[in-house]
Amino acid sequence: MLLRHTTKEVKVREGLTINPAKTCQPVGALYAALGIHGCLPHSHGSQGCCAYHRSMLTRHYKEPVMAATSSFTEGASVFGGQANLLASIDTIFSVYDPDIIAVHSTCLSETIGDDLQQITKKAKDDGKIPEGKHVIYASTPSFVGSHVTGYANMVVGMAEQFAESTGEKKEQVNLIAGWMEPSDMREIKKISKELGARIVLFPDTSDVLDAPQTGKHEFYPKGGVTIPELKSTGDSLSSIALGCISAEPAAVALDKKFGVPFETVDMPIGISATDRFIMALSKAAGVSVPDEITSERGRLLDAMTDMDQYFYGKKVALFGDPDQLIPLTEFLLDLGMLPIHIVSGTPGKRFEKRMAEILERSPGANFKNGPGADTFLLHQWMKNEPVDLLIGNSYGKYIARDENIPFIRFGFPIVDRIGHSYFPSVGYSGGLRLVEKILSVFMDRQDREAPEEKFELVM
Amino acid sequence: MESKTQFPDPSQVREELIEKYPAKVAKKRNKSIIINDPETVPEVQANVRTVPGIITQRGCSYAGCKGVVLGPTRDVVNITHGPIGCGFYSWLTRRNQTKPETDADANFITYCFSTDMQEENIVFGGEKKLKVAIQEAYDLFHPKAIAIFSTCPVGLIGDDVHAASREMKEKFGDCNVFGFSCEGYRGVSQSAGHHIANNGIFKHMVGRNNEIKEGKFKLNLLGEYNIGGDAFEIERIFNKCGLTINSSFSGNSTVGQLENAHMADLNAIMCHRSINYMGDMLETKYGIPWMKINFIGAESSAKSLRKIAEYFGDAELKARVEEVIKEEMPKVKEVIDEILPRTSGKTAMLFVGGSRAHHYQDLFSELGMTTVAAGYEFAHRDDYEGREVLPNIKVDADSKNIEELKIEADPELYKPRKTEAELEELKAKGLEINSYEGMMKQMMKKSLVVDDISHYESEKLIEIYKPDIFCAGVKEKYVVQKMGVPLKQLHSYDYGGPYTGFEGAVNFYRDIDRMVNNPVWKLIKAPWQKTADSEKESLSASYVTQ
Repeated sequence: MLLRHTTKEVKVREGLTINPAKTCQPVGALYAALGIHGCLPHSHGSQGCCAYHRSMLTRHYKEPVMAATSSFTEGASVFGGQANLLASIDTIFSVYDPDIIAVHSTCLSETIGDDLQQITKKAKDDGKIPEGKHVIYASTPSFVGSHVTGYANMVVGMAEQFAESTGEKKEQVNLIAGWMEPSDMREIKKISKELGARIVLFPDTSDVLDAPQTGKHEFYPKGGVTIPELKSTGDSLSSIALGCISAEPAAVALDKKFGVPFETVDMPIGISATDRFIMALSKAAGVSVPDEITSERGRLLDAMTDMDQYFYGKKVALFGDPDQLIPLTEFLLDLGMLPIHIVSGTPGKRFEKRMAEILERSPGANFKNGPGADTFLLHQWMKNEPVDLLIGNSYGKYIARDENIPFIRFGFPIVDRIGHSYFPSVGYSGGLRLVEKILSVFMDRQDREAPEEKFELVM
Repeated sequence: MESKTQFPDPSQVREELIEKYPAKVAKKRNKSIIINDPETVPEVQANVRTVPGIITQRGCSYAGCKGVVLGPTRDVVNITHGPIGCGFYSWLTRRNQTKPETDADANFITYCFSTDMQEENIVFGGEKKLKVAIQEAYDLFHPKAIAIFSTCPVGLIGDDVHAASREMKEKFGDCNVFGFSCEGYRGVSQSAGHHIANNGIFKHMVGRNNEIKEGKFKLNLLGEYNIGGDAFEIERIFNKCGLTINSSFSGNSTVGQLENAHMADLNAIMCHRSINYMGDMLETKYGIPWMKINFIGAESSAKSLRKIAEYFGDAELKARVEEVIKEEMPKVKEVIDEILPRTSGKTAMLFVGGSRAHHYQDLFSELGMTTVAAGYEFAHRDDYEGREVLPNIKVDADSKNIEELKIEADPELYKPRKTEAELEELKAKGLEINSYEGMMKQMMKKSLVVDDISHYESEKLIEIYKPDIFCAGVKEKYVVQKMGVPLKQLHSYDYGGPYTGFEGAVNFYRDIDRMVNNPVWKLIKAPWQKTADSEKESLSASYVTQ
């Protein structure tokens, strides 16, 4: 057994986290910053963080993930990292020539109290930022929240530090992407186009973290939201935040600063959440829903009805990030399944409340988030009440193997398969992909384990 | 070795590499980019702080300590004291395989343990939470040992992990608890973490287990972390030869083994950088000499086996070693004979950690490939230039706070395994005892040596040299491949391996053959991109009836 020390008996832990269902803020900020065109993310801390964050994202995407670091030494850790950041800005603009440097902090620079706003202002005053170039920042202390918080903070940084108001409204809707895959962002843009809605999607990592092999390394790939687009977000009709944890804070920031009204919807995973997203976008953009989208919805629904016997009443354990777990849980319930064990390492009352509402449809479900909500606990719950399916990131494979449970990789990080960056999970087509994946793992298991006389050709 | 490779003018290359840097940065990088001469071995600037913003490959001291050195020991509960990231990123991401003897034996490698520090722990201190965590780990798992690893904020807020560990160790009585001050900002790279780990393991573990293991020729395998099963292959060969691995630092190791390290008669060192401290300390305190070995490459493996047999000086062992080499070599030869014509004359670049950039040159040379440029992320001058330069290395301000343990001969356990005269005799036979000659003596004249290479420099090197293969890590992998050059990961082996010993050599030959001759590289240009626009033709075929 790979997790042979995991006990069935659940004891409350106050100090020890085991096999976390989250990681730390900066990796989220790094990911978000890659969703700006011409941007080099920068980690203001000791270089180990940056190496780890780049490596994790690289393993997840099998793509280049560029970022620089202030490379703190012990001296800087005691006396402050201002000199390191100023030197970094100088070297980065000389050598790598980005349009924007997006700086995030780590637990090191946050503990010593480096003020990114002050340092970036000094860089500007000292003439270290070339004409037409930008440095933005987000404070991302690793001891608060999770990687999702870091993502949200960097997206707020984009909104606050780029958006402008010309006083003239633009016929466009801001779509603020929660932490989703480049494939999902591509799908969101496709849906918006089909609807005929004019949007600005930010951040946008499509064509950045799913770049083609051309024999040439584009240090700044063609994707990413552009600076003019970001600037224009202050003039948009309204914003739709896709995810209350990772996207809403930026929508709030735009509302506060420029009076851009917003609506928050769940990330459009599954049928109900996608329905709400389509409704919200068609309303905000003043467009009607074309038949093609209705047909696409119908095809997803068709698959759900055709195969309902494989879904109904099946128990599911899942772990991951709040903005995905909310609609995913709802989708499982729409499929007639029973999500019974759910953990998310990311803390937050908002998430708890939403999950409590959704889980009213799954009486007796175990749910926990924040400190102590780790996959060790999830595994213990599963030992007490077994499930038919596990959904989570790659770390779930250890549990799945020990317990011999069908497993679907979903969320971040997925480091042992591809697909997440190429095929969407959002929208009706994403729903169809999820349905197919669930069916495949169930049916593969049935094919593998059925006695010979019960082995079926048609399923 | 004769090379068919034409080297570009290296001084011009160096100029190109640094011309874009701001003046101060250029001046500094100039000293880390060296035109090699194996005869005179020029001085390399190494183990100095990273240039901020330059895009380094380097990691931190925590990674060097927890991730590299003690991480592979399966039955110790390694608790990361810090916010969640450090523990998360070092959770199963290095491929140090381990194989417990029975299903009942402890194995915590698949677990990540963390105190998951929150804001209030930063403000009010995290020691209390740490002690609760240690208690919970003890209650849940009853491990033989619990090790605590400090992360960046721990040193800054003044948590005393050592005091907390001592307190808990006394409380438990049957569980060794100890801490490491391996905060990420210490030193300038992973290297500081290696040193801190060596010190901690030596102080808190080595010497606690006086068990006398069976076996006539007992050696410790130092600096071998069993990536992709490397140590398994070495163990297979050792077993065939009649050599016993007393303890392994630290691939496939256990707490009991590390505690028993002082009972071996030789320390065989694979990775000099990470574990030479342990070699020296075991020599000084217990009288066990160390010897540099290299099991990367079939020839190197044979050579290392012969050196080990020579050390023990036993005729039967020497004969057995020759038999094993004779047994193993034919299947290696069969593969290399097939592959050599496809790889011969090609070029490689290696920019890896603190050891492999040297060792793997042997494998490339067996493949008939020339290493045109190489460098380490975090090695020191002795790894480049050889240990004879050690007296001339000045510890700079960034590394001076890494503790140097004062070791003395153990009054009871010190027992020189060889007399001075015997050691001199072995050295005269060409055995490097307590010595390592470094990477540069092996490299061609005019090849480039680059320490702590930046992204910019590697991109430039690829542009200029167009190597057939580039060896580095996961952060570089897809960048380099986007340039149309295959990248062999020499940290993770691209999830293959082992690459050590005879079977490893065969694996490596096949992998490199696949990579440099893969048809996919020829497909990058779409057919409609292959002709210039002016030459584009419209469809010319016509439907012809016969």
